[in-house]
Amino acid sequence: MSGPLTGLTVVELCDELGEWAGKLLADMGATVVKVEPPGGSRTRGYEPFLEDVPGPERSLWFWHYNTNKQSVVLDLDDSADRAMLVALLADADVLLEDAPPGRMAKLGLDWSDLELRNPKLIYVSMTPFGRDSTRNAEAFTDLTLLAGGGPAWSCGYDDHSLPPVRGGGNQGYHTACHYAVMSLLVALLERDVSGRGQLIDVNAHAANNVTTEAASYTWLVNRQTVQRQTGRHASVHPSTPTQILCADGRYATTGLPPRRGEDFARLLGWLDDLGIKEAFEQSPLLELGIARGRIDLAKLQEDPETAAIFGAGRDCVNFIASQLPAYRFFSEGQQHGFQVGVIYSPEEVFQDPHFQARGFPVEVHYPELERSFLYPGAPYAFEKSKWAIRRRAPLLGEHTEEVLAPYRA
Amino acid sequence: MGPLSHVRVCDFTGQLAGAGATKFLAAFGAQVIRIEDPVAEGRWDILRGIPPFRPGQSGLDAGGAFNNHNVEKLGITLNLRTAKAREVLRRLVAVSDCVTENFAAGVLERLGFGYEELKRLRPDIIYVSNCGFGHRGPYRSYKTWGPIVQAVSGLTFSSGLRDEPPAGWGYSYMDHTGAYYMAMAILMALYHRNRTGEGQWVDLATTEAGAVLNGPALLDYTVNGRALRRPGSPNSNRSQYPRMAPHGIYPAEGEDCWLAIACRDDRDWGALAAIVAEPWSDNPRFATVDSRVEHEDELDRLVSAWSCQRAAGETAALLQAQGVPAAPVQRPENRIERDPNTREWGLWPTVEHSAMGEVRVDGLPVHLSRTDWQMRRGGPCLGEHNDFVLGEVLGYSAEEIAAFRSEGVI
Repeated sequence: MSGPLTGLTVVELCDELGEWAGKLLADMGATVVKVEPPGGSRTRGYEPFLEDVPGPERSLWFWHYNTNKQSVVLDLDDSADRAMLVALLADADVLLEDAPPGRMAKLGLDWSDLELRNPKLIYVSMTPFGRDSTRNAEAFTDLTLLAGGGPAWSCGYDDHSLPPVRGGGNQGYHTACHYAVMSLLVALLERDVSGRGQLIDVNAHAANNVTTEAASYTWLVNRQTVQRQTGRHASVHPSTPTQILCADGRYATTGLPPRRGEDFARLLGWLDDLGIKEAFEQSPLLELGIARGRIDLAKLQEDPETAAIFGAGRDCVNFIASQLPAYRFFSEGQQHGFQVGVIYSPEEVFQDPHFQARGFPVEVHYPELERSFLYPGAPYAFEKSKWAIRRRAPLLGEHTEEVLAPYRA
Repeated sequence: MGPLSHVRVCDFTGQLAGAGATKFLAAFGAQVIRIEDPVAEGRWDILRGIPPFRPGQSGLDAGGAFNNHNVEKLGITLNLRTAKAREVLRRLVAVSDCVTENFAAGVLERLGFGYEELKRLRPDIIYVSNCGFGHRGPYRSYKTWGPIVQAVSGLTFSSGLRDEPPAGWGYSYMDHTGAYYMAMAILMALYHRNRTGEGQWVDLATTEAGAVLNGPALLDYTVNGRALRRPGSPNSNRSQYPRMAPHGIYPAEGEDCWLAIACRDDRDWGALAAIVAEPWSDNPRFATVDSRVEHEDELDRLVSAWSCQRAAGETAALLQAQGVPAAPVQRPENRIERDPNTREWGLWPTVEHSAMGEVRVDGLPVHLSRTDWQMRRGGPCLGEHNDFVLGEVLGYSAEEIAAFRSEGVI
């Protein structure tokens, strides 16, 4: 069974800002032709490298972001190569590009140049600030998108002498790519009705601005400002810590402390199962929690007993976490009905039984190396039209002849 | 008439992880019909009726987050404990293109509307479920919310400073992003149905969507055997992939004011060094990326001592004038009220909410040249569109609807 985008042809002219969008399309079946300059895309030079040895076919960054794509080398400063690209685009469904604002127009490859030749073309333009922004001369990276766009304000530590933190993994770029793909899909569905393409202007800075949850709407609704806190939601008023150091030196995260009588009963049951009920000095307060039936959070300030019971529930969860390795705290906690999580390092998902059972780690074969490597798998499980990595990232120019042959005749 | 005005969604989503997906569809004209429980006053979505509130407002229909995530949707109430409400729902499913939900796994099935039943009602239905661990696998009974999804998928760990605990994400990044993957799943399934005529179930586990976002760090482990969990790692304000230095968030003049600087290469470094123009910035030990990375602690101390005496905005402007990526860490007030980019873009549209009045919300960071989005109507009050949906969409008479109301069906 093939992906839902099988038959869709996408021409991609992207580096780090946009190439995740191309991968999302390619992994769902689209034919994505990555047009690279002679010498290759910039991201072929990005760390990490296979065995730490640089080389255009050895960048694991490139490997990750370009599965299933084809590589065609064209020199866009050369008029014959530009004409070849125009010919390719005349037959394509989608152009996905992240060139600096103005560059495509200078090359005669802007939307206005292309739409006459291919009125069905959907032209996705990805830029840091939008095509016509007064800020579009600004240089940017993932870091500056996350800092200037808002996410970093909310991330960091209770201790504000430490700087705000950039979330890891290129999420500033990813967020722009998610909006590129979502809106491209809207345009494709609309084209199914109208038969016409259009231009999509994706603004990476704006994408990050609207991916900050409470930071934006708290200001928009009542002009208050959230403040960053360690490992939990930034908040106008400080909240209690939720991140706990476990017995094995790893961390776990807890959810809302117990509030209902049944929560307190399950918590006592868990202490009992572990044989540490006596060691937790506030156990009698948990019994009171059972008797209460429900903790009224509005009364925490005024009623010391309510506050003591609520605090004992939270302390108990923290106490159990301090007695167990993080994974065991997570799995036993969940089995006892508590929303808690183990804080995995990214690579640890590959060993997790749930991820394994769902087939998340997938093998990708590299025939030139006669080796296969584990890759992260599907972000969504389609019942019929499935996600798949059919092919490793392309070698530089691997598909130039195959793709261009029909146009050379 | 938006580009998705031919699409109808029977929507059980809530919070941000689900509601964010159908908000995107609604902004492009899809008819999204939210179903809420009148007995629980809609509180299977925990955001209904909780702060932030506009000054002087409160109550079920005044929740600021709920409004933000539900603009342009219709809202109806159905008491699915009653046979008549289940019949209304069957009629709605039969005329819907998609059914969407982000309950814990198994909840919709227990309500009597599992995938098999949905297919029976409409053979080409698209059903997209969204929860932390999905609907199959050993953790299918586990419960999550955004911070747990981020923790288990590796995103919390990878966000932090060296020798500190994880900082994680100070909000539910994976609620936003889970919603993005849910929207993509709905739209791709619609596209597939257009080509083949077949519907399907998409089982979205947001921990998986989160795990793929770890990027090259995962391959550094599976290919090179280098785990992110190792001494001195992670340190996400620095840039290991690709290597850059200086690269970080540095102090600026003023309380809790900070500035991000990224020198991508030797040219950027040269430009920064010329602006700094202090003896240390000429030091040949910082001339190449290798040597800057090798002496990064010292370099960061020197950059910090320089940057902390200057206003973040002014330093960023100086650096940007020379082509060096730099940006103040913007607090909400600045990026919403004082950023020419978000203003020109129309990023904070004002919607008209039936109870809250005019209120600004998160818009979309895309513009489509022919069929753009719009946000004008606020999120629905509880049961606000019962008459319209049951009458105009499902064809019940005014008398039938009045009876539903008096019998506690809606």
